[in-house]
Amino acid sequence: MFQLISPSLVDEPVDLIEISINQSQMSVPSAISVAAALLYLENAVFRESPVSQSPRGPYCMMGVCFECLVEIDGERNQRACQIEVYPGMQVVIESTTSSSIGAEEEL
Amino acid sequence: MSTDLPEPEVKAHYDVVIIGAGAGGISVANTLAEYGVNVVMFDESSRPGGQIYRNLETNASKLTRLLGRDYAAGKKILTTFRNFIDKGLIEYYPKAKVWYLNSDNEIGVSKSGLSYKIRAKKVVIATGCQERPMPISGWHLPGVMSLGAGQILLKSASILPKSTVLAGAGPLLWLLAYQYRRAGVKVEAIVDTAMPSPWWSTSIHLLKALVAGEYLFKGLYLMLNARFSDVPIHRSVTHLKAVGNQQFESVSFKCNGEHYQIRADTLLLHQGVIPGLHIAEAAGCRIQWHGPQQCWVPVVDKWGKSSQNHISIVGDVSGIEGAKSAALSGKTAGLRLARELRKISGVQLGRLSFLSRLSRRRHQAIRPLLNVVFRVPVTYLNPPDEVVVCRCEEVTAGTIRGITKQGCMGPNQAKAFTRCGMGPCQGRMCSSTVEQIMAHELNRSVADIGRYRARPPIKPITLGELASTFSSPES
Repeated sequence: MFQLISPSLVDEPVDLIEISINQSQMSVPSAISVAAALLYLENAVFRESPVSQSPRGPYCMMGVCFECLVEIDGERNQRACQIEVYPGMQVVIESTTSSSIGAEEEL
Repeated sequence: MSTDLPEPEVKAHYDVVIIGAGAGGISVANTLAEYGVNVVMFDESSRPGGQIYRNLETNASKLTRLLGRDYAAGKKILTTFRNFIDKGLIEYYPKAKVWYLNSDNEIGVSKSGLSYKIRAKKVVIATGCQERPMPISGWHLPGVMSLGAGQILLKSASILPKSTVLAGAGPLLWLLAYQYRRAGVKVEAIVDTAMPSPWWSTSIHLLKALVAGEYLFKGLYLMLNARFSDVPIHRSVTHLKAVGNQQFESVSFKCNGEHYQIRADTLLLHQGVIPGLHIAEAAGCRIQWHGPQQCWVPVVDKWGKSSQNHISIVGDVSGIEGAKSAALSGKTAGLRLARELRKISGVQLGRLSFLSRLSRRRHQAIRPLLNVVFRVPVTYLNPPDEVVVCRCEEVTAGTIRGITKQGCMGPNQAKAFTRCGMGPCQGRMCSSTVEQIMAHELNRSVADIGRYRARPPIKPITLGELASTFSSPES
C-alpha cells in the first residue's frame, strides 16, 4: 500500500530497525509511528470493529479517529498513529481476518 | 509501592499553560518567554510543529524543499522555540495528553502513564483543527483515509501510497496533489467534489482577497500544476462511493452524467478542516455556529480571550485561518497575557501587537473566498441513509434520521437512543454529521440543534493513569 519515498529525494538512507508484529520480526524505518510502520509493511487492517467485526484501519493519522488501535508492549487499545516505533517493540494486531503479517508463517 | 513512583517533574503551579505545539501555541510560548513569563507547554505529539510543521525540525532538507516554501517557513518559530527551551524559559512536554480542564484553571495531564493535576493563572488552548469527517458509503474500509493522513505519512514517515485517488475539495487537496507529483506518486485521479459557486458572490470575495494575493497566486499555481500533469481530473463529481470487500478496492462516482469506477490502493478524502473544540467546550468556553465556514467556533475577542476569563484560544481552533494567521493570533494573545501578568505596559501592548493584528486581518481576507469556492456540498453533511455516520458504534445516517422523525430532541439524546458518539473517538468523527442530519430533518439551523456535550476525560485514559494523579498540595 505504502512505500518509502525514492532515495533520490532524501539526504541520507533511511535507518531500519527491528520490531515484532504478532511475534514475527519485521524491519521498519526508525522514528516513524507504529501506524506508518504497519502501512509500510502492506498491512491495511489493524483491528475489527467491536460492533460488526468489520475490518478497520487508520483514517486520520493524527489521534482523532481511534481507528488504528493495536496492542503495544502488552497494553491494548493504543493509538498506533501516536506512538513511535523503537527496536524490540512488541506489536499485536488483534484482527483475525485479513492481517497480512504473521499469516504466512501459519501456511 | 508508592515510594517507587518517580517524583513528578511536572510542577503543580504555572503562570501560563499552553495546550498544543502548533503554529499558534508555539507563537504564544515564544512571545511570553521573551517577556520573562514562566510557561509550560503540553503537546500530544513527540515533536513540536503541530500538523502544519510536523517533523520540520528533523526532516531532511530535500524533503523539506519538496514539501514547499510554506512548510519550510515554520523553521523560524521552531528555532526560537528550541532556543527558549534550551535556556530553560519554556518547559516543553511532548507526548503529554491533556484530558481535563475546568473553568477554575485546573488541568489534568497524562504523560508516560502518570497523570498530574496542575493549576495555572492563565491557560491557552491551541489544539488546532481536525479534518471535517467526510461520510460516504464505504469510508470505513481499510485503505480509505483522510487526505491529511496522506500528508502526515509523507511529512512524518516519508512513505507514499503506491497508487491513490484524491477525492473531495479544499486547498489541501491541490497542495497534496502537487507534493505527491513532486514525490513521484501514482495518482490515478483527482476527484473534485466542489460545485460551481455563483459568480457574483465569488467575484465580490475575489476582490476582497486581492489584499492577500499570495494565496490566490499559490492556489492558481497548484491547480495549474495539477491541470498540466498527466493525472485525470474529474470536476463537480457526485455519488462518490468507496467500494471494497475486506478493504478498499475502487472508487465510484458520477461526473457529467457518466459513471466512473477507478481502482487504486488507497482513497484519500478531504472536505476542509474544522476546529478541534473538545478541551474548550469541556472548560465551559462558549461556542457559536459559523455559517460560512460550516462549523462551530469558540467565541473569542481580538486578543483570543474566550468567554472564560482566564482561557485564551489561538490558532485554527479559534476559527480556520491557516498557519500564518495562527502564528499572528498567538503573538497577539501572548502579548495580551504578558500585559495581564504585568510584564509589559498597556502602551507597549498596543504598540507591539499593532502589526500582528493588522497583518492577521490581511491573511483573513482570503477566507470568505475559500468558504464560497470550497463550500461543502450537502451530501457530505447530510449523507444518504445507508452511510455509516458514527464509525465507532456503526450508526447509520438512516438511524439518526429515523429517531429524529420519532421526536429525538437533539444530538445528546441521540447518544442515549443509539450510542452514536459514545465510542472511543468521543464524537469527533460523527458530531458534525449528526447535527446536520437533525437540522435538515427538522428544517432548523444547526445553531438551534446544538451539539454533543464534551465531558472529561476528553481523551481516554486508563484507570491506572487516573489513580496515579499527583494532586497539587493544598495551600
